Amino acid sequence: MQRHLISAADLTRDDAVLILDTAEEMARVADRPIKKLPTLRGRTVVNLFFEDSTRTRISFEAAEKRLSADVINFTAKGSSVSKGESLKDTAQTLEAMGVDAVVIRHGASGAPYRLATSGWIDAHVINAGDGTHQHPTQALLDAFTMRRRLVGRDAGLGKDLDGRRVTLVGDILHSRVARSNVDLLHTLGAEVTLVAPPTLLPVGVETWPCDVSYDLDSTLTKSDAVMLLRVQRERMNAAFFPTEREYSRRYGLDGDRMAKMPDHAIVMHPGPMVRGMEITAEVADSDRCTAVEQVTNGVSIRMAVLYLLLGGNEPAVTHARTTEEK
Amino acid sequence: MDKHSRHDERDEPGTQADAQSDARPVLEGPDIARVLTRIAHEIVERAKGADDVVLLGIPTRGVFLARRLADKLEQITERKIPVGSLDITMYRDDLRMHPPRALARTEIPGDGIDGRLVVLVDDVLFSGRTIRAALDALNDIGRPRAVQLAVLVDRGHRELPIRADYVGKNLPTSLRETVKVQLAEEDGRDTVLLGAKPAAPGAHP
Repeated sequence: MQRHLISAADLTRDDAVLILDTAEEMARVADRPIKKLPTLRGRTVVNLFFEDSTRTRISFEAAEKRLSADVINFTAKGSSVSKGESLKDTAQTLEAMGVDAVVIRHGASGAPYRLATSGWIDAHVINAGDGTHQHPTQALLDAFTMRRRLVGRDAGLGKDLDGRRVTLVGDILHSRVARSNVDLLHTLGAEVTLVAPPTLLPVGVETWPCDVSYDLDSTLTKSDAVMLLRVQRERMNAAFFPTEREYSRRYGLDGDRMAKMPDHAIVMHPGPMVRGMEITAEVADSDRCTAVEQVTNGVSIRMAVLYLLLGGNEPAVTHARTTEEK
Repeated sequence: MDKHSRHDERDEPGTQADAQSDARPVLEGPDIARVLTRIAHEIVERAKGADDVVLLGIPTRGVFLARRLADKLEQITERKIPVGSLDITMYRDDLRMHPPRALARTEIPGDGIDGRLVVLVDDVLFSGRTIRAALDALNDIGRPRAVQLAVLVDRGHRELPIRADYVGKNLPTSLRETVKVQLAEEDGRDTVLLGAKPAAPGAHP
């Protein structure tokens, strides 16, 4: 692994499988009476959130605290950013305080990359979502959830998602989750299909390592996992579809559509869900929907990423799997 | 690895293969079976029947030894003995000296360890730092009635006030020697090899 986690595309297959396997062991800590490990004692991690977040911020904070790191939470609202301070000055302030890692969420695509490569700061940088670019830990927790449900908890150890068919439905244009998932699922050997109205597909999508379809019903029957994406109104500056009702009729998942999926197939959602738009309450509350499970798995995945990046004197490398040293 | 960064009771990767060329066996398959039988009897004797014993092996080879001990205890007591594994990676005191390692499995038997006699099982006892880490890990899992330690080989050179309750073989060694345990489940054969550490690159003989 590299020093930073900026994009799911930076991960090799072995890196990704190592993270998933490590997360399986981290998940066991949640079953203990004392849900805490001393591994990152004395390390300082800053959660630098320039954009609103519930799940991701709390998930990272829980992961950091379970590994005994010192956690500093920073939100742009109420900070000097609102007075006009730049990312560079904020970064240099953090550097002066001696932080070991920065978990950054930013509305501008590329902000985490800039932070990691600018020389402003020496800390490890973990991307918690930047604009419409990437959200690598979300893709990792989605892959973790798929591997557990489709391959098995113990049976999945050391394995990837070779040959599994995953369908991503909805607002691909504005979705960093979709971009990260396409990259990671391709690395792990899965076959990905994007389903969306033409207006919500980005220019150049034909160069991505996946198939594209405008018809949800024809892809449902041959999907092992269907991931629904929220329509991101906050990033929209134009009309992308006539009405919400029409979108929901063509691209929303309801009970009838779910019945067309194979029996073993799962319904995924990165959250937050808009019930009645991309997913009905019936589907969201069914046993086949893994939305809540994904949140739980997010903590395990983020613990694994933090351990593998910060737990040693340098980030874990793939051959670390086979060393048994003393 | 220099003396101060020694942690585990096994040898560094890369030195083992080199050390194998002039390594000599100090325990062979039948010897290992005999010492495990003796240790099983000692556990039953000291624990007055091993009613509340839980065996926890330290990965990798400690887990196989713990399973073998559990089988032998079962033959002696005619009762199933709970056996599990305890990964100490996250509790090591030298985490900052190496890249992070892949984690091994921690599996605590269903009834837990509270109020029970936990016997930790490992292959080689060396600096004692692994066992220190194991005691910390146990602390986060429950509160045993007592904790004991069984090892196949004690090679000396302790860096902490830790000792084993059950020892397969006391093996006086120098720091210039390597001890390598091989078990059929992992390595295809049972043996304990004592070899010389290869000279550091550039070192004069």
